[in-house]
Amino acid sequence: MTMITTESERDKDMTDHDSQAKAPLHGILAEYDTPTAVVKASKKVRDAGYTRWDTYTPFPIHGIEKAMGIKMTRLPWIVICAALLGLTTATVLQWWTNAVDYRWIVSGKPFWSWPANVPIMFELTVLFSAFATLGGMLFLNNLPLLAHPLDLKERFRRVSDDRFFLLIRARDAQFDEEETRKLLLETAPVVLDDVQEDRTTSAQIPRPLIYVAVLAVGLSIVPFALFAKARASTMEEGRRHLVWDMDFTPSYKAQSFNPLFEDGRSMRKPPSGTVAQGHLNADDHLHLGKLPGGGWATALPREIESSAQTMELGQVKFETYCTPCHGYAGEGNGMVHQRATALKQGWVPPTNLLEERLYYQPAGELFNTITHGIRNMPGYASQLDAEERWAVILYLRALQESRKTPASKLTAEERGQLK
Amino acid sequence: MATASITNPYQGPLKGDNEFAKITDNVARIMEAPKPPRAWYIGMGFALLLLSIFGASLGYVAWEGIGVWGHVHPVAWGFPIVNFVFWVGIGHAGTLISAILFLLRQNWRTAINRFAEAMTIFAVICAATFPGVHIGRPWLPYWMFPIPNQMQMWPQFRSPLEWDVFAVGTYATVSILFWFMGMIPDFATFRDRSTSTVRRMAYGILALGWRGSSRQWHRYERAYLLLAALATPLVLSVHSVVSFDFATSQLPGWHTTIFPPYFVAGAIFGGFAMVLVLAIPAREFFGLKRIITMKHLELMAKVILGTGMLVGYAYAMEMFIAWYSGAMFEQFAFVNRAFGNYAWSYWTMIFCNVMAPQVFWFKKMRTNIWVIFFISILVNVGMWFERFVIICTSLTRDFLPANWGDFIPTGVDYATLGGSFGLFFTLFLLFCRYLPMVAMAEMKAFIPEGHAHDDDHH
Repeated sequence: MTMITTESERDKDMTDHDSQAKAPLHGILAEYDTPTAVVKASKKVRDAGYTRWDTYTPFPIHGIEKAMGIKMTRLPWIVICAALLGLTTATVLQWWTNAVDYRWIVSGKPFWSWPANVPIMFELTVLFSAFATLGGMLFLNNLPLLAHPLDLKERFRRVSDDRFFLLIRARDAQFDEEETRKLLLETAPVVLDDVQEDRTTSAQIPRPLIYVAVLAVGLSIVPFALFAKARASTMEEGRRHLVWDMDFTPSYKAQSFNPLFEDGRSMRKPPSGTVAQGHLNADDHLHLGKLPGGGWATALPREIESSAQTMELGQVKFETYCTPCHGYAGEGNGMVHQRATALKQGWVPPTNLLEERLYYQPAGELFNTITHGIRNMPGYASQLDAEERWAVILYLRALQESRKTPASKLTAEERGQLK
Repeated sequence: MATASITNPYQGPLKGDNEFAKITDNVARIMEAPKPPRAWYIGMGFALLLLSIFGASLGYVAWEGIGVWGHVHPVAWGFPIVNFVFWVGIGHAGTLISAILFLLRQNWRTAINRFAEAMTIFAVICAATFPGVHIGRPWLPYWMFPIPNQMQMWPQFRSPLEWDVFAVGTYATVSILFWFMGMIPDFATFRDRSTSTVRRMAYGILALGWRGSSRQWHRYERAYLLLAALATPLVLSVHSVVSFDFATSQLPGWHTTIFPPYFVAGAIFGGFAMVLVLAIPAREFFGLKRIITMKHLELMAKVILGTGMLVGYAYAMEMFIAWYSGAMFEQFAFVNRAFGNYAWSYWTMIFCNVMAPQVFWFKKMRTNIWVIFFISILVNVGMWFERFVIICTSLTRDFLPANWGDFIPTGVDYATLGGSFGLFFTLFLLFCRYLPMVAMAEMKAFIPEGHAHDDDHH
């Protein structure tokens, strides 16, 4: 049933170039119509010791690798190298950008903590591997391949449809036209045919393809050329605004007029009963200086520790805010008082904080005075928070106590420090 | 009879004297016919109309700013992120079918894998447009990539939103590589059958000179296996990373550890439903009933039933954990989902995703093409509402009552949602007409005739 193509049939396959007719032999091609036939033929060719030969099939045939003696591909090694490269790239990229070059605190996260970097390490590992898999497969398969001598065979087109082919190359060391043909005839092919080297399509990339490639390369240079120009020159007309609305977002300022609301204000009132964060101040003793019963508290609130640290804080705050009028000792003779007295412009002198009346005044009342002010004195609630106001009171109590303590009560060392 | 053949050129007998040739003819004649069926033109007209709405609405949003959408104070994520998660979810079935079912040796997948992969890529394209526009200044998305720039700033890799850029980007890229590699032998078939120079050149370039050498097939199969092994964890990771956008936040209703597996199950569920929505008309109009048989549809219906119950389990478990946690805000968030301001969307979701697929317990139902088609559409609706419930309902009612507000979508919201289907269908219809819709080479390897009988085994 095997049919060997005749001269005239062979001519039909080929183009009418003279050079093609005289082209040297590329190999002998056998055609089969079942996968079983081509696998059987493969075993025969393998056992005969041929090395430069191949089969061509519409789909991968299970078991043909063994029949042909194909060795396991190196592709997985290429892929694992790419995987490691991807992992390294992701690690170094994230570490360098976020922990070294552009350290930026966000949500209190550490600059470098590997769990947060795992997702991108994984993604880049897979991405690099996938490119290596496809790229490596094409590279090892010597693809893309523009032309092949088999393309000149009309029948060979069925290789991607329903036919199975076996080609023994003329370059094979064991190749002998007669012997090889005899061997292939024994495998009962449907057709046996000679394949000539391709002398007609060599190096002829189609014109349109060249034009498209040149155009694509030309166009791809344009953006980079624009970047280069922008970097090398200055711009006189300023930034161009294509979408004005997005570059200049119209928005209302808090204190401006706003026709959208009935009261004409941009700023909205919070719902009634809303308390801002940290402003609840529910503890009357700490925030108002009052006892649950309603009277002034005489002691420091529980939250304020009577310690050297609080005393120091009180001294710093007292010296910053109180001394200008009340003086360093609290006697009511600060710089402002001295200057105002010198100018003789009518001035209510600041209170002497050491006087009897204040010595016996409850701490809560003093706190109220510092918070809200009294007579000419303004309230200091906006400058001093509750803790600081209590610290000032603690320091003030120390100043007052110092005037009530007779020198005889001091130790010898302390007496020596007196000026 | 004559009119039928004019309407559809794909109903005639197949050419070829063997099974291989018949498969080739069945798939290749879709591309070779001088004109596609009338349904294709109708579908294309509809798709292009929606696509132009999509283009117009995205252009309007880019020009005016995202204020034209229904975003209000507590709901800053609104429709665009709902749509993003919905489309990314759809995009899971393709690679799941190609990769996971391949590794599990589920050979029935060869009938549907190519087109599920195509669907995946088109869905991811639709998905990617939404965050791109939602950033408000769609000309600046390059800020998300680690490109040295004039601002001397780098992206912040500790943010789940940045992980998302890499996860979706990698998924799209790997899916395209996988899809393209699978098509190389089929492009070669198209090239070899083409009669016009333009076609032969176009398919020839895409086929990269593939000639079916067994030495090449060996590396090709190994590469396919490797890509499947790489894509498998990738599929599971994409929606997990998308769910991190929510799970790593503090918002009640988002801050749950069940999110990654729950999102992945939902994605497979929704993706398979979309495959069915596309496969049923495609096999009808392109004469692919021999290839995509009732058996395939039934298997997919079973997958929908199974993943639907996984999703139902996740809904129940969310409720349970909210109660079990004893956290007031968590409990409120879930009671509010079921009985609060958007309760109707929650119950739509429950009906479409949990109740409707239960009909697939009955063989009669899962072999009835109309029932499968209808349930698949319901599942897609339900999966969209799932994302709406998670995103919008949770945002409208968070910790402080002073921060509450309601989300009302605008016409532009609906136009962008509807329009995205135009992009999806346009790409899909072009794919049907011009690319190999079924993996011919793979299919041939799995039919009985494709096996070599090794009778002289030693």
